[in-house]
Amino acid sequence: MDVFLMFVKAFLVGGGICLIGQIIINYTHLTNGKILVLFLIAGAILEGFGLYGPLVEFAGAGASVPISGFGYALVRGAVQAAKQDGVYGALTGGLAACATGVSIAIVSGYLVAVLFRPRTKKN
Amino acid sequence: MEANREITRENYKAYVFEKMPKSSHWKNMFWAFCIGGVICAIGQAFIYLYSLWFNMQDASVLASATLVFLAAMMTGFGIYDRIGRFAGAGSTIPITGFSNAVVSPALEFRAEGFIYGVGAKMFLVAGPVIVNGVTISVIIALLTLIFGG
Repeated sequence: MDVFLMFVKAFLVGGGICLIGQIIINYTHLTNGKILVLFLIAGAILEGFGLYGPLVEFAGAGASVPISGFGYALVRGAVQAAKQDGVYGALTGGLAACATGVSIAIVSGYLVAVLFRPRTKKN
Repeated sequence: MEANREITRENYKAYVFEKMPKSSHWKNMFWAFCIGGVICAIGQAFIYLYSLWFNMQDASVLASATLVFLAAMMTGFGIYDRIGRFAGAGSTIPITGFSNAVVSPALEFRAEGFIYGVGAKMFLVAGPVIVNGVTISVIIALLTLIFGG
């Protein structure tokens, strides 16, 4: 039951974050890149005030999978490392926390570019 | 809009808005919510799977990495862009959208070679994301150091 509830929460919160994004797109016609950066920064700033962590605890993947969770992970990593190693930690912690995601995106991007042929866009 | 009206930046924008096909906002929002929610629920499933072997935090990182990989493959097969056409923000905002933003220009510009094509164009969208993310994380970490968080 606990597990089931967690899926529901992940669905609702994750869907809700995307819904907010869609509303912003509908009214401002921002491009995808700008939307991504906007949500990333929103997640980072919320975590700066210690607000995003509780959301991740509550909704699990519903909060960590959206790009705002990426901003959260960057800030949390940087702040944690800064508390341990000072300025050095502030500089290394963020990227270190996100290294897995960035690396896998780069490697699979390369892999796909090698394995696949670009297809013509049909609209 | 009369043809002889002077075109400024502002009224051109309004003109484009006016002429743009009106896709239903409600339908957009419904699909963004559903697809975004489903992607996060799948992520949650991977978190549970990986938490059999790893602690919760590592499981969460690995679950996101798995989603990134799957989205990259789906982008290669052209499936992700098909989903994106009706899911809108539901496919852009999850980490899978970031993956798609990395992979799809990489694939598109492979004809320009693996250094200036794939290597450079891969960061068309990922670059701004990483640059802004790292900068703000360092600033916030330094602020917490100074003010004692």
